[in-house]
Amino acid sequence: MTKEKRVGFKNPVIDWVDERLPIFTMLHKEYAAFPTPRNFNYFWNFGAIAMFMLMTMIATGIFLAMYYTPSTDHAFNSVERIMRDVNWGWLIRYTHMNGASLFFVAVYIHIFRGLYYGSYKYPRELLWILGVVILLLMMATAFMGYVLPWGQMSFWGATVITNLFSAIPLVGDKIVTWLWGGFAVDNPTLNRFFSLHYLLPFVILGVVFLHVAALHVSGSNNPLGIDVKTPKDTVPFHPYYTAKDTFGLSIFLIIYALIVFYAPTYLGDPDNYIPANPMVTPVHIVPEWYFLPFYAILRSFVWDIHIPFTHIVLISSKLGGVILMFGAVLLMLFLPWLDRSPVRSAVFRPLFRIAFWIFVAACIALEWVGSKPPEGLPVLVGQISTAYYFAFFLVILPLLPKYEKTLPLPKSISEAVLKKG
Amino acid sequence: MGAVGACTAAWPLIQSMNPAADVLALSTTDVDLAPVKEGQSITVVWRGKPVFIRRRTQKEIEEARAVPMNDLKDPQSDQDRVKQSAFGGKDMPEWLVMVGVCTHLGCIPLGQKPTDPHGEFDGWFCPCHGSQYDSSGRIRKGPAPKNLEIPPYAFSDATHIKIG
Repeated sequence: MTKEKRVGFKNPVIDWVDERLPIFTMLHKEYAAFPTPRNFNYFWNFGAIAMFMLMTMIATGIFLAMYYTPSTDHAFNSVERIMRDVNWGWLIRYTHMNGASLFFVAVYIHIFRGLYYGSYKYPRELLWILGVVILLLMMATAFMGYVLPWGQMSFWGATVITNLFSAIPLVGDKIVTWLWGGFAVDNPTLNRFFSLHYLLPFVILGVVFLHVAALHVSGSNNPLGIDVKTPKDTVPFHPYYTAKDTFGLSIFLIIYALIVFYAPTYLGDPDNYIPANPMVTPVHIVPEWYFLPFYAILRSFVWDIHIPFTHIVLISSKLGGVILMFGAVLLMLFLPWLDRSPVRSAVFRPLFRIAFWIFVAACIALEWVGSKPPEGLPVLVGQISTAYYFAFFLVILPLLPKYEKTLPLPKSISEAVLKKG
Repeated sequence: MGAVGACTAAWPLIQSMNPAADVLALSTTDVDLAPVKEGQSITVVWRGKPVFIRRRTQKEIEEARAVPMNDLKDPQSDQDRVKQSAFGGKDMPEWLVMVGVCTHLGCIPLGQKPTDPHGEFDGWFCPCHGSQYDSSGRIRKGPAPKNLEIPPYAFSDATHIKIG
């Protein structure tokens, strides 16, 4: 192994450590001198914001766990005790509870940004896949966290979601019993969800580390979607983007604080302040807002598919809905190979841009459909939006490059930036 | 070899998530049916789940038996569904006993109280996703794939049953 020459640090303590374990050299290389495209817009803030939210969730969660009791007899009351009696408990809990929502806001914007600017394309496919893995882990973590307060929505949300697995042919019921540790959602279920809810954020942290490591191999994409060619195309990460990220994060934190202090229960469901009752189903079970589009996709499949001319059901509407819902997330893993266009950024793809904004509209429509009871107009809107969701990935993206005339790409980032200026 | 060893070591961990011995031990429930009049329903708890016990009227039984099998999504005769309701060689088809958990996604259907909605088939209606069950608890309309489950049960005398 050839030894790179160390630059060295003025502070003797830092220098002493760095000579033996070069973490400061690494930090300097990856977070200070790191060459970053000079043309980021504010959508590039959301990776850093998501990272901040993960740390906030872990920090507040650790303190909540000091007072929370994962037992069906005490869970609800222990959360109320945190709210009323524990010093600053209300603040820690509201920060954690709304933090989940804000974490999803940041991550969803981060994902749509990646989609719009083609950040998933070569050489960033693995970076994208790791991102989808993080999303899946976040969904599992958020779902299990929501069960912990043991309110009516906690219990019935857990019942509905774990029952999804009963749709699996042959072994479905066995899997559900295994997930529950009993014959219904009950104390064993609550205990294991607490255990996993504490574990998964650290798994997320590990995958985030890989996500960032992969990013530092390929370098960041940028709004033009073209590669960095000369040093003129980049600026050092510090102070340029540390400053820009801090500014964006500050705006984000102002919104976060406004929600925590002035509307802390706005995003939640009032039914979850009724203790869980396994004998009474709430009239209208709805998941938290960040799951509504997927819930709408689940409910939009209402047909049984039969083996032709028989009564034998091949795919029941229940199994079909479950396949669609999981498919909607898993499909994103294949995105780098579904979109064949060599041009990354939507800025130079006129047809993709239209398809993208219809996709955004479909997702917003699904959000609305998921919050409504499954009857009448919402069902139809949900089915059309679901059809478009899948058509976007499976039909439009693969076929688009055949018909789309992309706009000419600028020669370099610096040329495009200076021309604008 | 290492992989086999790792899998073998993982097995107890995976198996530990299945119901524990004390959870399994709670798996029978005894019910006294004497106070239940014709046309009344009661809900009891068995394995943490609600069990619907309905003493059906003659009209409900006839309705359930008049349905052609072809109209059913999960074909099963009413006779089959109440065959455990018997004591001392006498059939008691008025007693319908079933797990009160919708086979779609596990909500509890409405229809136990006279004031509840009963759906179009004089039975039970699930408020979550609109599944409708008939007076035999069979799925007739909506997204649920199967009839309401019949638990194992037996009459220990003319007015007492043991579920599980």
